[in-house]
Amino acid sequence: MIIQLNGKSIQLAETICTVEDLLHSYQLENRIVVVEVNKEILYSELYGTTVLSNGDIVELIHFVGGG
Amino acid sequence: MLTIGKHTFHSRLFLGTGKYPSFNIQKQAVEVSETEVLTFAVRRMNIFEESQPNFLEQLDLTKYKLLPNTAGAKTAEEAVRIAKLAKASGLCDMIKVEVIGCDKSLLPDPIETLKASEMLLAEGFTVLPYTSDDVVLAKRLEELGVHAIMPGASPIGSGKGILNPLHLKFIIEQSSVPVIIDAGIGSPKDAAYAMELGADGVLLNTAVSDATDPVKMAIAMKMAIEAGKLGFEAGRISEKNYGVASSPITGLVSS
Repeated sequence: MIIQLNGKSIQLAETICTVEDLLHSYQLENRIVVVEVNKEILYSELYGTTVLSNGDIVELIHFVGGG
Repeated sequence: MLTIGKHTFHSRLFLGTGKYPSFNIQKQAVEVSETEVLTFAVRRMNIFEESQPNFLEQLDLTKYKLLPNTAGAKTAEEAVRIAKLAKASGLCDMIKVEVIGCDKSLLPDPIETLKASEMLLAEGFTVLPYTSDDVVLAKRLEELGVHAIMPGASPIGSGKGILNPLHLKFIIEQSSVPVIIDAGIGSPKDAAYAMELGADGVLLNTAVSDATDPVKMAIAMKMAIEAGKLGFEAGRISEKNYGVASSPITGLVSS
């Protein structure tokens, strides 16, 4: 399956089915991160049950230094 | 005490978190500034490169309120999207509305700022719009119900200080919500001046982060804001065109 992840086309490993799997593969489980799937914010309660589909647009957002 | 929406602060210094020379210096600067409000930007995670330490994740979040900005937005809709992403972190309900209308001067787009503020108020945010020193726009923002007005002293990061004290004073005098002077502060005298004009607080970033010694400058800014506030409350003397002697003019020894 291919998804758009933070603006990049990414081929996902077959073991990655849910948003939780995706976050785990980038070791982001314990990081402050906000997930957006197809322009809708996804709350953490739904990470485990949200199954990714081919062509999904996923954004992983966080806070950086700014004024 | 400074009250913005449901939040109350002792410190009147809001500190930006961009462009520090190192995390260690930034940590120290934040500490000595005694700020309670830190601004952040909302961005994509850099997941394709080696993981970088994240300043926010190293902070004791019980000590600070986060004020994310919508920097990067050019329209009200983009600002609302960024604000919602920030709020979805569960870490904040305040948002600095920042919709830039000119890439060169980085001055805010007044129409999109007004629109974004209205939309974010409807979504239940605590809304702090960064605006120009336009007195009527500040009034219109207040009428919408924003929780604070944040007029710029001069362009972001310019360090030019307060260019239009008259307009800032008009905004301060007419506002029943707090006025935070945001952007363009160059040195402690600018921060003190903002407070002497009657501002409720100052938001700055580059003036500290780009200073030769950011930690020392953070202390200087804290003191300047306190001095300016005290000076405003104490009530300054009126200006005269000629000298007025401070010592008695009678009983001169030479006469």
